Amino acid sequence: MTPAKPRTDRILEGQHLLGIETLKLAEIEALLGLADRYVELNRQIDKKQSTLRGRTQINLFFEASTRTQASFELAGKRLGADVMNMSVSASSLSKGETVLDTAMTLNAMHPDILVVRHHASGAPDLLAQKVGCAVVNAGDGQHEHPTQALLDALTIRRRTGRIEGLTVAICGDVAHSRVARSNIILLNRMGARVRLVAPSSLLPACVDRLGADVFTSMAEGLAGVDVVMMLRLQLERMQGAFVPSTREYYRFFGLDQKKLSRAKPEALVMHPGPMNRGVEIDSDVADGIQSVIREQVEMGVAVRMAVLDALARNLPGGGNA
Amino acid sequence: MSPDTALRGRPERRAYVNAAIVDPSQGLDGPGGLIVADGRIVAIGPKVTAATAGTSTPVTDCGGKLLFPGLIDMRVFTGEPGNEHRETLASASEAAAAGGVTTMIVMPNTDPVIDDAAIVDFILRRARDTAIVRVAPMAALTQGLGGELMTEIGTLQEAGAVALTDGRRAIANARIFRRVLAYAHDFGMLVVQHVEEPTLSSGVMNEGEQATRLGLPGIPAAAEVIMLERDIRLVELTGARYHAAQLSAAASLNVIRAAKARGLPVSCGVSVNHLVLNENDIGAYRTFFKLSPPLRSEADRVALVEGVADGTIDVIVSSHDPQNADTKRLPFSEAEFGAIGLETLFSAAFGITRSGNVPLTRIIEAMTARPARLLGLETGTLAAGAPADFVIADPDQTWKVEDSGLRSRSKNSPFEHHALEGRIVETVVAGESVYAYDRR
Repeated sequence: MTPAKPRTDRILEGQHLLGIETLKLAEIEALLGLADRYVELNRQIDKKQSTLRGRTQINLFFEASTRTQASFELAGKRLGADVMNMSVSASSLSKGETVLDTAMTLNAMHPDILVVRHHASGAPDLLAQKVGCAVVNAGDGQHEHPTQALLDALTIRRRTGRIEGLTVAICGDVAHSRVARSNIILLNRMGARVRLVAPSSLLPACVDRLGADVFTSMAEGLAGVDVVMMLRLQLERMQGAFVPSTREYYRFFGLDQKKLSRAKPEALVMHPGPMNRGVEIDSDVADGIQSVIREQVEMGVAVRMAVLDALARNLPGGGNA
Repeated sequence: MSPDTALRGRPERRAYVNAAIVDPSQGLDGPGGLIVADGRIVAIGPKVTAATAGTSTPVTDCGGKLLFPGLIDMRVFTGEPGNEHRETLASASEAAAAGGVTTMIVMPNTDPVIDDAAIVDFILRRARDTAIVRVAPMAALTQGLGGELMTEIGTLQEAGAVALTDGRRAIANARIFRRVLAYAHDFGMLVVQHVEEPTLSSGVMNEGEQATRLGLPGIPAAAEVIMLERDIRLVELTGARYHAAQLSAAASLNVIRAAKARGLPVSCGVSVNHLVLNENDIGAYRTFFKLSPPLRSEADRVALVEGVADGTIDVIVSSHDPQNADTKRLPFSEAEFGAIGLETLFSAAFGITRSGNVPLTRIIEAMTARPARLLGLETGTLAAGAPADFVIADPDQTWKVEDSGLRSRSKNSPFEHHALEGRIVETVVAGESVYAYDRR
């Protein structure tokens, strides 16, 4: 055991990463800078680091997510942490155990980092108040998905060299999207101009006050933009009468070449995945030359490594680097 | 208080002198005293002093503090029967006494539901045996609060129900609500509605920027206004006495004003929470601020305070709703609605006499004479002959709300750690002191 000593290379001010909302611009830029280094590392043959050696990371997923969980697992393992995945099914919650009960049980096992995905907005905030370790929000309800916004920013920045001054259109089911909320906040903070393009039934109240121009037509909303970010349309949205059918949705809001042609010729096409091809995005566009969707997945691992590294530096005992 | 005010048993006769008496039922607002005997008020006014009380009458000197009728809280949820771990009639009554509430109107949302004369009788007997303040139940409007089958309204009234309500639930079906209103009208019973259109109320907080930021589904103010406007049409159709339990939105006030201007038998209430707090108090998902109807914007709050001041809003309630860890220590969207409030009712309401320029007489009227008149109670007044239910309060004392000091069995107070102005120092029910503030 090395004695606790204050680290001079802190990146994050807080103990947890619960959302973009609480991050300052300098913190975001430092995280992206660190993530850049991890991108290079991940492309080497020897990817193993000892930064988190001895640390225990628990991925606590109350909502199934193969991609995000895999990304966090790989990020933790590459940094040398012991990673445990816990999927809490709806059935064990229905036995009466609350999210706090589960978290307190895990807390007693002395994890260093708890990565939480939960279907209720604010669940990671609740956990962070009660556990001793660092909490990473891996997506909570319709609130935030901070690592997704960070990986999107990293993808854009590496492609275009900047974020400030860009116009980014976020299209689709904004009302139910934590990805949209985190991105609106982060892109604003970094000096981009954000547009939201969606039918009014999929726009939350007063969303313009979060810092976005709102459009209900793809042709207008995509005109001249630098980045087109598509959101996944949950197929159960038809039930709540948010939209009439996938067919009509695709017709008016699905991204195809024709709609994309309104954007700048070199505009990037992004999607947080998993995609509904033929609903919110056409396969030609998803796999086309403007698409950076697979790159987003690569950036995801690097960003999560940066987040885990940064949080470990703030843990008692600091990082091992 | 001097030790001799720690009374046991019903006192034969006692004078309370040197008080600042506020009794809106008689237009009293000034120095004076009162004399109680056999649980009733026998004399009141400026002429009641230590000198005039008579040498054989024990005297309590109120030291110039406020003295007003015991508060009537028209909206109290307890857990008895069914959820006694959250609150019993006894524990709620302890909190009530400490908050200056001498009559609790309890809601029928219990398990079993108060939808049958036998349950009304059970509540009244349990209250008589265990509670230290008066308790009167509102009975359910529909069986099992199901919103479909009418309860035995006449029988419930005979058993002692003071009004009818489905409590937290609105009766959404217009046809059924119309019939319930028409039938209740024949008995002169007040029908109390939770004004929220259920199909627009699946959210968990006020719809708007704050809900969008928190990623929480919102409840638009229109959910309340739509229900209120519909109900008022049905009142017009039936002539029934109608009371909107709690308003939360500024837009509702004009609906009430218009209905009153047309002479309809319409009244409304507001919870003290909605007069003091707003949606921003939710902060980072603080579930103690998850209320139904939801806390709304600051503009709504200010409008509600004005509504109290000008009398558009008749009644202030605590909407005391005990919830504990099993229902509140959850993610915001999964937590129950509700906050306790009996013990903080007066102090929280007193705050708006200073911050909102609402006259103290109006605040007290909204918790005494008005609810008494709506419910046909003989309390809520200090008139000679009335039951000796009254409160002494120190307007200059500030106190800090800490959950460890609260008497309710549940601790979900939105005022936890708040400093409140105005403290109840003694509560008297039927001439008997049921609470005296211990300065230690």
